[in-house]
Amino acid sequence: MGNVIGIGAAPKRKEDQRFLTGRGNYVSDIKRPGMTAGVFVRSPHGHAVLRGIDKTAALALPGVIAVLTGDDVKADGLGSLPCGWGISDAKGVPMKEPPFPMLAQGKVRFVGDMVAFVIAETPEQAEAAAELLAVDYEVLPSVVGVLEAVRPGAPQLFDDVPNNICCDWELGDKAAVETAFRKAAHVAKLSLVNNRLIGNPMEPRAAIAEYEPGTDRFTLWTTSQFPHVVRFLMGALVLNIPQHKLRVVAPDVGGGFGVKQFHYGEEAVITWAAKRVKRPVKWVASRSEGYVSDRHGRDHVTEAELALDETGKFLAFRVNTLANMGGYLSTFGPNIPTNLYAPLLGGVYTTPAIYCNVKVVFTNTVPVDAYRGAGRPEATFVLERMVDVAASEMGIDRVEIRRRNMIPKEAYPYQTPVLVQYDSGDPMGCLDGALVAADVKNFGIRKAASASKGKFRGLGYSTYVEACGLAPSRFAGRLGARGGLYESATVRVHPTGQVTVMIGTHNHGQGHETTFAQIVSEKLGVAFENVDIVFGDTDRVQFGMGTYGSRSLVVGGAALSKATDKVIVKGKKIAAHLLEAAEVDIQFEAGKFSVAGTDRVKTFEEIAGAAYVPHNYPLEVLEPGLEEQAYYDPVNFTYPGGCHIAEVEVDPETGTVTLVNYTAVDDVGTVINPMIVEGQLHGGIVQGVGQALFENAVYDEGSGQLLSGSLMDYCMPRADHMPMMKVATHSTLCTHTPMGVKGCGEVGTIGSPAAVINAVVDALSHLGVTHVDMPATPNRIWRLLQNASLPVAAE
Amino acid sequence: MKPFAYHQPHQIPDAARLLTSVADSKLVAGGMTLIPTLKQRLASPPALVDLSRLGSLKGITDDGTTITIGAMTPHAVVAASKVVLTRIPGLAALASMIGDPAVRSRGTIGGSVANNDPAADYPAGVLGLGATIVTNTREIAADKFFLGLFETALEPGEIITAIRFPVPLKAGYAKFKAPASRYALVGVFVAKFAGGVRVAVTGAGPGVFRVPPMEEALSENFDPSAIAAIRIDAEGLTSDIHAEADYRAHLVTVMAKRAVDAALG
Repeated sequence: MGNVIGIGAAPKRKEDQRFLTGRGNYVSDIKRPGMTAGVFVRSPHGHAVLRGIDKTAALALPGVIAVLTGDDVKADGLGSLPCGWGISDAKGVPMKEPPFPMLAQGKVRFVGDMVAFVIAETPEQAEAAAELLAVDYEVLPSVVGVLEAVRPGAPQLFDDVPNNICCDWELGDKAAVETAFRKAAHVAKLSLVNNRLIGNPMEPRAAIAEYEPGTDRFTLWTTSQFPHVVRFLMGALVLNIPQHKLRVVAPDVGGGFGVKQFHYGEEAVITWAAKRVKRPVKWVASRSEGYVSDRHGRDHVTEAELALDETGKFLAFRVNTLANMGGYLSTFGPNIPTNLYAPLLGGVYTTPAIYCNVKVVFTNTVPVDAYRGAGRPEATFVLERMVDVAASEMGIDRVEIRRRNMIPKEAYPYQTPVLVQYDSGDPMGCLDGALVAADVKNFGIRKAASASKGKFRGLGYSTYVEACGLAPSRFAGRLGARGGLYESATVRVHPTGQVTVMIGTHNHGQGHETTFAQIVSEKLGVAFENVDIVFGDTDRVQFGMGTYGSRSLVVGGAALSKATDKVIVKGKKIAAHLLEAAEVDIQFEAGKFSVAGTDRVKTFEEIAGAAYVPHNYPLEVLEPGLEEQAYYDPVNFTYPGGCHIAEVEVDPETGTVTLVNYTAVDDVGTVINPMIVEGQLHGGIVQGVGQALFENAVYDEGSGQLLSGSLMDYCMPRADHMPMMKVATHSTLCTHTPMGVKGCGEVGTIGSPAAVINAVVDALSHLGVTHVDMPATPNRIWRLLQNASLPVAAE
Repeated sequence: MKPFAYHQPHQIPDAARLLTSVADSKLVAGGMTLIPTLKQRLASPPALVDLSRLGSLKGITDDGTTITIGAMTPHAVVAASKVVLTRIPGLAALASMIGDPAVRSRGTIGGSVANNDPAADYPAGVLGLGATIVTNTREIAADKFFLGLFETALEPGEIITAIRFPVPLKAGYAKFKAPASRYALVGVFVAKFAGGVRVAVTGAGPGVFRVPPMEEALSENFDPSAIAAIRIDAEGLTSDIHAEADYRAHLVTVMAKRAVDAALG
């Protein structure tokens, strides 16, 4: 008998036993009898008319089974890849939503756009055939940047999308903002770029599909963060497969970061192909293929203005953003730079009026969609940079201007002017904690020490809030969501008292098998080792929306908590019968049902046994068995946040920025497993630091070629880039989630880019530098110093 | 990867014969460049001749005036070699900065020199120390070996067997790593001999090159200050998404100063 390991404990992760001993089961580990190999032929051009495809030479190669193209898709009458969100402009006109065929039809719109699928006996044969496929392209000029894409005369991706603008979207009270600007004592302005990112999960995407003629059923194994959503989108909207005839399995998945939370054309093509060739088909992406087909993230160009009164109080905030969508609308694409961006522009401040306009723009690049943080890091970066610029221009200390505008703890719940209402929070508490943890008071000594070595040291703050726990369905529906955003869990108590949980979230590195087991162990008093968590299989799990938006614990954990409560309710009924007491007199505590005020007790195992061997059981009023299910739809987002403080050292000789200290004090609500929370914060911060200092997806304007198309040219953050981080929590409890949890998956990525860049600007401010675009590479910093208004010398 | 024949000869003459018997055959040493190229189907040689069974190509010897490193000696062995650490510590330091531990365990000095990647580290060390490239047919001075982007003086069928390094009075290497690849964005090797100083630069241009003005200045005064004011012309240097030519030119001076610092210990 093991022990209860409950909320607040930090057991080692259950799943690591198999991962660390090489016994994980990833899609590429799976082999099916008679399996064939598939290879996608992708456009080498950013923009071209697809004049024709000659399959003859490819089909003539030994081992080649089939070559499928967009014409075959059209002939089979299959659907377009659906977009899960439909946004509208200020007049209510819906966004332009051109079709996204699973294999290109008529035109290709980005390097990597799929034009054909080659199936052969072996991967080598498929690759050889793919090289021989004769595709006739009429190459067109590409446009890759948002500023260029909306200019008159720019290449047009779609005939019916003028100026490549998918939607001219807005939020907020434009008139109130204009009035406030007229009264302002000071207006601070900032132009910035939010650099385009590529997710790079460790495991590339992969899929296997199989069709069983005997049952007329399809199975798709895919590297997905949300198998039930893939089943719905692909089955119901693309391939016309009834839901009960389609099983989608997402087994162990080696990291997602958002990249795997979309329905990809590859999944649909493979599933369709498996029936056509009557054999299982497998595809595993190479890293290079991932660069030109995994959905990218961020990519904004923004102009922001902040109006302040003479004391530095924020009066109004105005933001105009061009957001890159790439060549087509991906699953969540248009939602990210709009609904997940503008509502966060209030931050932790009392700014009374906010207006945000976002032009969502098509370009000849990989479709852009959610990447860890998704919209919220972009909003935080704009706002927290803006605050520093305003402070600097008005000569107010950066911490002081934040304090003057911060929402006080007692003002929660706090309604912002941009839709969201924060239920709880204590930004000042996080700030105070971080100032101490980062030893800000001795920063001057450290700065002087750096200066004595010829280095510039800077300190940067980011006091931020995010909206996560996606999402209240009713709210999301009003904003354009075409699906629900609840979660479900089933708690199955076995006759011997062990528990299996079926949950609709997906664990791909977050430690759910541990965290969720702790919740069950705590609530039912069952040993931690006697709880298993099942996920990622539409045949085993009732339903689910998957894992993204820091929702697994917040929404999935809440469903689990509710289902567990239902088990206790039923257990009490059984116990009341067995103990010959009234139901109201039964107490449940620490795994024991007892009659209040007596020593009459039944253990959880005894109750489970009675439920399945109902010899002495209230059969006339109660069904046998002990299994309960719950769905949970949140009433609001959750609002984690906190204060991040970055400390950097700049080598003016080479332009190198070294992150020397990093401190984060975050409010993530109730912490179930502090070790896992710390790990999530560490990982999230490193990803944000990656955006701030290293990562950049670069396209060649004109040809549309991805110039940063491999790990040789796309710089991921590495262990030696990071100092030891100081991470702590300063939690207030969420008022509307069952356990007070807020979620922690994205906070690190949301808070950190602004903190790092604010630190870099601080380090260089004595040279007249007021802004640094991301990533702050040595080349960029050196160039900035060459052009700086003051001579380069250590102070 | 496309299919190919694979040979593992035990004698150098056998390797040379196998290499020339089928056109476009390739030698494979550590395979750190060749294997990824094959996997991406960017090259499809009909046969690979693996040099790993040629025992005479491994090992490090010291004859008092020169250090000879067998062509198949991995970077990690050079980096940890007592002989190299004692006699040319700057070269051991260079080897320790190549790639990552996996690359250093597989990659070889001969493979790196024969490939002559414009951003590889060894060409700077070999040219900077004025080493001699020993092949199965002749000996080639470093100054005549590196001919430009991936080009060397090697003839078809010629196999590097060793590199012979004269022992300098002092030597140092400073590398500014390209952020993603960790190849040299700019790497400078500086070596001081009784007869003068040599300065070799990798990463900055289409191939490794020497900097005569720095060599002259350092021969007069082997101190970073001697070259602080020497600027390199950006013309002809590499520009890419990581660094434009003028930044690389600037870094040559910075890294040269740091290499001298390293040489001075």
